[in-house]
Amino acid sequence: MSLIKNNIIIRDSWNHLDDDTPLSAEGKVIVSLKRWQSERKLLMERQEPLGIRLKSAEGAEMISDDLAHFDLIALEFPIFKDGRSYSTARMLRERYHYKGELRAVGEVLRDQLQFMLRCGFDAFEYAGKTIPEEAISAFVEMDKFYQTVGDWGRT
Amino acid sequence: MYVYNLVDQSLVNQRVQQFRDQVRRRLSGELNEEEFKPLRLMNGLYLQLHAYMLRVAIPYGTLSSKQMRALAHIAVRYDKGYGHFTTRQNLQFNWPKLKETPDILADLADVQMHAFQTSGNCIRNVTADQYAGVAVEEIADPRITAEVVRQWSTLHPEFSFLPRKFKIAVTGSKRDRAAVRVHDIGLIIKINEAGEMGYEVIVGGGLGRTPIVGVTIREFLPQQFLLSYLESILRIYNQIGRRDNIYKARIKIVIHELGAKEFTRRVEKEWKTIRDTAIDLPVGEYERIRAFFAPLPYQSLPKNDAGFSHLEFENQDFSHWVRGNTLPHRQSGYSIANISLKPIGGIPGDASAKQMEVVADLAEKFSFGEIRVAHEQNLVLPHVKQTDLYSIWNTLKEHNLATPNLGLISDIIACPGMDYCSLATARSIPLAQDISNRFSNLRRQNDIGELSVNISGCINACGHHHVGHIGLLGVDRKGEEYYQVTIGGSADENASIGEIIGPAIPYDEVVDAIERVVETYVDLRAKNESFIDAYRRVGKQPFKENLYVTN
Repeated sequence: MSLIKNNIIIRDSWNHLDDDTPLSAEGKVIVSLKRWQSERKLLMERQEPLGIRLKSAEGAEMISDDLAHFDLIALEFPIFKDGRSYSTARMLRERYHYKGELRAVGEVLRDQLQFMLRCGFDAFEYAGKTIPEEAISAFVEMDKFYQTVGDWGRT
Repeated sequence: MYVYNLVDQSLVNQRVQQFRDQVRRRLSGELNEEEFKPLRLMNGLYLQLHAYMLRVAIPYGTLSSKQMRALAHIAVRYDKGYGHFTTRQNLQFNWPKLKETPDILADLADVQMHAFQTSGNCIRNVTADQYAGVAVEEIADPRITAEVVRQWSTLHPEFSFLPRKFKIAVTGSKRDRAAVRVHDIGLIIKINEAGEMGYEVIVGGGLGRTPIVGVTIREFLPQQFLLSYLESILRIYNQIGRRDNIYKARIKIVIHELGAKEFTRRVEKEWKTIRDTAIDLPVGEYERIRAFFAPLPYQSLPKNDAGFSHLEFENQDFSHWVRGNTLPHRQSGYSIANISLKPIGGIPGDASAKQMEVVADLAEKFSFGEIRVAHEQNLVLPHVKQTDLYSIWNTLKEHNLATPNLGLISDIIACPGMDYCSLATARSIPLAQDISNRFSNLRRQNDIGELSVNISGCINACGHHHVGHIGLLGVDRKGEEYYQVTIGGSADENASIGEIIGPAIPYDEVVDAIERVVETYVDLRAKNESFIDAYRRVGKQPFKENLYVTN
């Protein structure tokens, strides 16, 4: 898996934390919604950047009051055909004005990258077979669109 | 007609380039079929029984002569010299080679056409009344709305991976020729008391395994809010539509499970949140699109031309065609001329490259270069002078395009069925041909009057059998083709789903059975009572009794 951000491949400084892995004092971790809900206090006391991961069935409204606590939100694509996270992404950006990293995880393939980008994702855990350097070209395959989406205040 | 600007053109061109690269990656093995499938589907490419099939989008069924010629050219150069007009106003090529499909798309792009979203789980090519802008009783032209929807839905980043396909149809007329009540979203243009334009919004209609007439969730949506409202509906559907069962994934199931009231409440709530963001079209952009559909420079002509009336009087065949296949136009002295793609014994909706060229030439000479495709799988020359009808008819006749059977029993709607389709469980085309041959006598057809026969080769209902006055659904029974007969369906403003009238019957007995149903109607009808009206009066019983009688 490679992480694509801002059109380059970068080293991932975050860790996805399983629900049953104990929380350490240090390090940037991404936790599930379930863990956030059950260990909220503990996670907030920690002085480290926090990320949350939503399954495709978990909508933006489930965390909309808590956005200030997150530096990263990861939205899952359990299979590329499951398009629910596109809606979640737009709502986080456009309705709730979330400005932190919005990361696509799961079956994140080359030919979906531009749709994701346009919905407000800015980081991609690339799972395709093409070499990621080549996949980056997907972001610029098209530059003309009809919809006014993704206008979420990025300068 | 709408003409592409630089944005439209470069979007289409870029998409061709992108697809060329996707095909290259598929051919090199970098993409496997499963990964390639959604990509090709979003560009209209299916893998069928014998070959790939390319479904070209004809947005709201409007074509120019130039575009029709390009389709003819593609049929000759890349296919077997013909194409098939579909029940969604599109055109299918049945034999393209995968490696040539990018070239076909490039040829289409040259004439401002594409195959975007004619398949896949996305918002499909939008359809509309084929008589848009010319029907006498029209309230407002649906093409402007349809073009707005086309643009909005094209490569929509949020709605390209929906639970299932999503179809939108628009009509601007009281007479519904676009079957808006059996679409995922149907829009009926209305003018309110203040003289403002808006839409009745109907959601959740559809055919397939669970045929259902849609429900109105809003009586009047002001025109300027169209896109935010559509976006609200689609967002709710994208979030809660079922993804666990392909047969329960359409929006009609959401509405069924949630209830129309709760669904509407959610849509309205979402809409209130997004209606004042930048989703809706600026007035200027709407006006820009509207300008393309301004009335054409018609001549001022008398309502009835003496020479034309004389020709009609002199030539009975011509007169039959005029009465059967032409309709009055909004503009005095003009007609709407329908071109039947249902010659007796022919394949419904098929047109040869030569026929396409003939129609293109006729449109150029007599109809401001414009052609329409009807969802009944026929073509239309939308604006022809009465005085030109005779010469048009003569040309059509030479090319087997002048069958005067519009709306009659041989004007059969049929899907490609097992002759082409990988989903089909039975044949549709040969059955359509047999029925057409049985009722070949035009006098008899006219005596029977308006009667639609719709044939689907499987439960997916591409032949819209549920809404045929007589519907036939092909099913497989231990390797044999059987057909379930439904009666009383209708796709118009009084939309209804046909009733199954008994056990399915084998292929060889279908034509006789249809004939008995028709004779039952002829025997029991009141004066001037159509088949559907008679059915609605007497119910299915008399038809059922006679359907299964064998000699």
